[in-house]
Amino acid sequence: MTALLDMDRLLDDLEAGLRRKLEERGVTSPALIGIRTGGVWLADVMSKRLGLKEPWGELDISFYRDDFSRIGLNPKVKPSSLPFSTEDRDIILIDDVIMSGRTIRAAMNEIFDYGRPASIILATLVDLGARELPVQPDVTGRVLALQSHQRVKLRGPDPLHIELQETGK
Amino acid sequence: MTANDPSSSSLQLTADGQLRHFLTLDGLSRELLTEILDTADSFIEVGERSIKKVPLLRGRTVVNLFFESSTRTRSTFELAAKRLSADVLNLDINTSATSKGESLSDTLLNLEAMASDMFVVRHSQSGAPHFIAESVTPGVAIINAGDGRHAHPTQAMLDMLTIRQHKGGFEGLKVAIVGDVLHSRVARSQIRALNELGAAEVRVIAPATLLPRDVESLGCTVEYDMVRGMKGLDVVIMLRLQKERMEGALLPSEREFYRLYGLNQEKLALADPECIVMHPGPINRGVEIESAVADGPQSVILNQVTNGIAIRMAVMSMAMGGQMAERNRKLAGRAEA
Repeated sequence: MTALLDMDRLLDDLEAGLRRKLEERGVTSPALIGIRTGGVWLADVMSKRLGLKEPWGELDISFYRDDFSRIGLNPKVKPSSLPFSTEDRDIILIDDVIMSGRTIRAAMNEIFDYGRPASIILATLVDLGARELPVQPDVTGRVLALQSHQRVKLRGPDPLHIELQETGK
Repeated sequence: MTANDPSSSSLQLTADGQLRHFLTLDGLSRELLTEILDTADSFIEVGERSIKKVPLLRGRTVVNLFFESSTRTRSTFELAAKRLSADVLNLDINTSATSKGESLSDTLLNLEAMASDMFVVRHSQSGAPHFIAESVTPGVAIINAGDGRHAHPTQAMLDMLTIRQHKGGFEGLKVAIVGDVLHSRVARSQIRALNELGAAEVRVIAPATLLPRDVESLGCTVEYDMVRGMKGLDVVIMLRLQKERMEGALLPSEREFYRLYGLNQEKLALADPECIVMHPGPINRGVEIESAVADGPQSVILNQVTNGIAIRMAVMSMAMGGQMAERNRKLAGRAEA
């Protein structure tokens, strides 16, 4: 498992994938947005690796979650912070893990409340499959097939590492 | 039904400690008060976006049930509900003193038939929101928008948010509440919140005729002389002179009150140079506060209004979320059984 989750390699792959995708789309000055918390750490890393001058933004999707009617409001919500308008911008949306796709749906709804972006590229460090919504990353560091009792979590920010958790079920 | 019923805190929290009604600050922990303030901080950011709306209460119906008129409080509750994407119904119901009890029950029956999800209640009688929370259908959240002389918890919390924004926290703060404490529901909620959040000293400054008899037991010190009381203050909260609530001759005259307890630049200069000036509005200029102070650099009165929307969004979404989470747990429990 350790070799599979080598962080430097994952980040190298994510960066290479992003560069390819930006070139393919002809995007020269993307605006980077990370989803709290893991995605924000990754936004910081990728912003440096891609040499972006503009500060990245961070989203807290608590006000857009679709499970509010089941569990109530996240008690640890923090303000979102986008230091730019999303209107007509090419956005890179980045998160640590994609599974059901619900977080990304919420994040895209939130982004549109800041303005209508020209395009969004979705990048995730790890793709665990198990999708419940038709949302797919454009770029991913690694696709992982976990057993039903396993979870992964990005820890950070310094150093970034991926933790494999056994839920015991 | 009494305003100080100890069951208030259990009534307004779910078994998991989530808010499900917001009736009083009594019994709410520092952690929960801080959670309300933190959540409101996030809603302030929403208010700065081009689209100032989030979908949390989409499809829910919020009824502003005002048995006592208050334009500012009602309009900030209305705006808060709309920014949470709720449908809002405003009902101003003026009742005569004799028919209050009866009309309250009748009104409730009618509103329940409209499948409302939340009542924001303002009532001249202490304990009315509590009474409604006890009798309403499970799943409906009640928010107290001011009841009699008892409590005005959203006003107190927006004041706490304003203080935290300007002072960074509550540790070591000396705060004075000046004026008509006797008739003020806000003062009671403020004293409670400031003590729970860890302010160093809460001082009330007022003539003896405008203080409740048990005032020290609320958790504050008392000062009758404003010149002495202003010294070393970090925050001064002016209360509105509740002219409409004055029964009998509690004041010699407005001019006399202003001379002794009005906030002017001279008195403000006695406080800490960084002292902020607050007022819940509407201001009686020249009765409680001098215009130069109300509009001056130390005044944060208009910040309070902006913060009022964010605080109301926070408690409305937290209470509605608590109600829905509780209903969901009950359904899950029934499915297992």
